[in-house]
Amino acid sequence: MNSIILQIASRYLKVLLWSFAVLALLRGHNYPGGGFIGGLLASLSVVFTSLSYSPQKIKNNLRIQPEHYIAFGLLFVLLSVLPGLSGEKFLMEGEWISLYLPLVLTIKLGSPLLFDTGIFFGVIGVVTHFFFTLSTKE
Amino acid sequence: MNQVLNVLLYIQIILCFFCLYRIIKGPTIADRMVGIDIFGILVVGICAIIAMITERSFIIDIGIAWIILSFIGTLTLAKYLGGRKLNE
Repeated sequence: MNSIILQIASRYLKVLLWSFAVLALLRGHNYPGGGFIGGLLASLSVVFTSLSYSPQKIKNNLRIQPEHYIAFGLLFVLLSVLPGLSGEKFLMEGEWISLYLPLVLTIKLGSPLLFDTGIFFGVIGVVTHFFFTLSTKE
Repeated sequence: MNQVLNVLLYIQIILCFFCLYRIIKGPTIADRMVGIDIFGILVVGICAIIAMITERSFIIDIGIAWIILSFIGTLTLAKYLGGRKLNE
């Protein structure tokens, strides 16, 4: 399908989808969202781009293969387990750091966010792998 | 104001059942996909009304995610009805 309108629109919708996915990832601890939903939204941008061009062409031009996304996500999940080992805490227990920015804003960073980031990359890899396997012929 | 919103909510929920009837009964695939599309739009309306009643803004985001998914579904349907394979 060679629709020029769709191809130009996908270039801008990609930015919108990625920013919405990162928003869903970052506030996932207190509100709906989180790693899985953010990963689904981010992988939707890949699906959208490959529907407007062609999946085979997009698959050949990928800079990072989907399997590498999965491995990267699992590495993040492994790293999120380790902070619990320091001090008197148990393995996999949450560790929180509060960053006080000069403005009113306070950011709470912790190992659950790291775990969510791992899930995020893992879901991107799995969904794009599913999509490319189902839509292209070997 | 709250009464009006409640009435609108019930109207949209009843309309959702008509859409479900068309999705289950629809003779062709195109009927079903149009039913799913309209169902998605109704769900976004329900999300907006619930966000107004309960005054929580994050319900709007569920609607945004739903409408993006619905758009991609319509896109795939258009490709299918055009007689092309997904790989073109």
